[in-house]
Amino acid sequence: MLDDLGFLIGTTLMYAAPLIFTALGGVISEKSGVVNIGLEGMMTMGAFTGAAVGYFTGNPWIAFIAAGLAAGVFGLLHAIASVTFHADQVVSGIAINFLGPGVALFISRLFFNGSTMTKSLDFEAKMPRPLNGVFESNSFLDLIFNHYATVYLAFILVFIMWFILYKTKLGLRIRAVGEHPAAADTLGVSVVKIRYLAVVLSGVFAGFGGAAMSIAVVSNFRPTLISGQGFIALAAVIFGKWKPQGAMWACLLFGAAQGLTVYLGGSNIINISSQILAMLPYALTLVILTGFVGRATAPAASGQPYEKGER
Amino acid sequence: MENKKKKNKYSVKQRLLSSNLTFTIVSVIIGLIIGAIVLLIAGFNPITAYSIIINGIFSRTKYISYMIIYATPLIITGLSVTFAFRTGLFNIGAEGQYIVGALVATIVGYFLELPIGLHAIVVFLAAIIAAAVWGGIAGFLKAKFGVHEVIATIMLNWIALYFSNYMVMKPFLRRPESDSSYEILDTASITILEDWKYTDAGREWLSQHPYIKDFLATPANLGFVIAILLAVLVWYILNKTTLGYELRAVGYNKHAAEYGGIKVKKSIITSMMIAGGLAGSAGALQVMGVTKGISVLPGMEGYGFDGIAVALIGGTTAFGNIFAGLLFGGLKYGGPKIQPPLGAPSEVVNIVIGTIVFFIAVPKFMRMIFNINTRKRGEKNAR
Repeated sequence: MLDDLGFLIGTTLMYAAPLIFTALGGVISEKSGVVNIGLEGMMTMGAFTGAAVGYFTGNPWIAFIAAGLAAGVFGLLHAIASVTFHADQVVSGIAINFLGPGVALFISRLFFNGSTMTKSLDFEAKMPRPLNGVFESNSFLDLIFNHYATVYLAFILVFIMWFILYKTKLGLRIRAVGEHPAAADTLGVSVVKIRYLAVVLSGVFAGFGGAAMSIAVVSNFRPTLISGQGFIALAAVIFGKWKPQGAMWACLLFGAAQGLTVYLGGSNIINISSQILAMLPYALTLVILTGFVGRATAPAASGQPYEKGER
Repeated sequence: MENKKKKNKYSVKQRLLSSNLTFTIVSVIIGLIIGAIVLLIAGFNPITAYSIIINGIFSRTKYISYMIIYATPLIITGLSVTFAFRTGLFNIGAEGQYIVGALVATIVGYFLELPIGLHAIVVFLAAIIAAAVWGGIAGFLKAKFGVHEVIATIMLNWIALYFSNYMVMKPFLRRPESDSSYEILDTASITILEDWKYTDAGREWLSQHPYIKDFLATPANLGFVIAILLAVLVWYILNKTTLGYELRAVGYNKHAAEYGGIKVKKSIITSMMIAGGLAGSAGALQVMGVTKGISVLPGMEGYGFDGIAVALIGGTTAFGNIFAGLLFGGLKYGGPKIQPPLGAPSEVVNIVIGTIVFFIAVPKFMRMIFNINTRKRGEKNAR
């Protein structure tokens, strides 16, 4: 029973990590006032780049960074559209969701003999497990604490993001730009620069999230790997009330839903349909949004392009 | 006199350049160019690739028939997005509404026994009602709780997907030993001359008319005709009825609309219900005409998301959707054909579509390249 619990917590953490990275991307973008619906496309690009670079270099860290950079390029595209050209941010995000998987699968076919699935990574090319062997194999503690490095990184990044957003000048500026860009501008904060930074970073984080899936949870990329996780991350941002720590808790809850699916899939103890469980995160988010569980308010300027001199 | 003429010419050019249609056409061209560049970088001849696609769409009536089949659901989900868009709402939820429509169409098409023709109509209406309710949920959440419809519909999409998967695997609907549902009864089918095609008389007649034979070698169905009728209906409701006027008024300025005595909350719900019903009808037509049932979906099929692209490319006008849908349907059908002969990835189609949508999203960029002085009305007199 204890082992079952350990397994459940372990899988929860494993599945939550990619979501946490991506959700943090969503948080920073939304905090600066740019809606990022393109997280899904960016995450897909990151997942592919991670798996492909990992396969060819054999180094998980180069793969991880490359994934962030590749998705960051899409973040930059979104920033150019939504900040410089005042595009409708939702439309631009939708374009990213076409482009991300499009580019990823296109390149995959070129490098992997026309296949949209990358070749499986060698053991050395996968994310390392820093605490492997510290605990007795498959013991309760081992199941909980022995994870791929991306899992620890995700939680460290939550703390860093919280610190930056709420304890530093930069964070204050990001939030100011998202709440009242005109006021921030008056005080000499460059709305454009801050938003560019935030949106590009959101792409980078989403890329990390994708890689955390493709080089840690599994060991290759396939077209259905991400299907919907970018949107779950987006849900987590809202569920977590646009706060890094909130998004983290939401991701853990959604990860638990996935972990439970895996757990119940392997046993026949309780017969809850995995489909119903998979529905849970989305249904919960809708309930949260209706305000029954405390009001969630988006950054005031979220979704609005900032035009100098416009009231 | 001559001066006046010159001035007119200028204004025509100006009007042409600043019109949405021009932006759209330029976006499409840019999309195709970017697609060509991507192919070129990857080492393929873009002209060969594009000519394969064009041949693969137009060189046989069978291909044209397939293009229409591919385009039909996209036109209708595009109409759904368009309707919502014109009333100030962004319906990302066409995907889920489509799924609900397809699910209900399958259930009603399989379990209900009705005479031919009537059955199809009942299936169609049932699917529309169910999807309208599904779309209406998002409208209700927005009207009652202020939940942004973009977020609500994204959530509803996934709930619909998993719900549909759950239902397909239920014993009453699941075809044994498969991941699919039972097929709908023939009485609910809208495939053109489905049985007749295979009778002796049918074969005989078709062998004398090779083009028609080729055209009917596909699951050609009435869906496209209905899609056009729906486009007319959407245009009519939006532009010629009080309801459409009210809904659009809410979209333009809901405070002004409220002041004018329009019930804003009711309008939002109505609008989402109509958008949902439209997307659901796309799912129903697909089931009745092409797939005859539904399967477990590992992920989103993309009809709704493609519909957003179609609506945007079509300039969010009812009739623009038909052309955009055919363009998208053609690319989707013809695109994969470059794979066997060239080895070129068919995903270039997604890159082209994504680029088109991206450039449609940035009209400001377009204005910059054309360097249009966007004159405001009455500027001349104000000086």
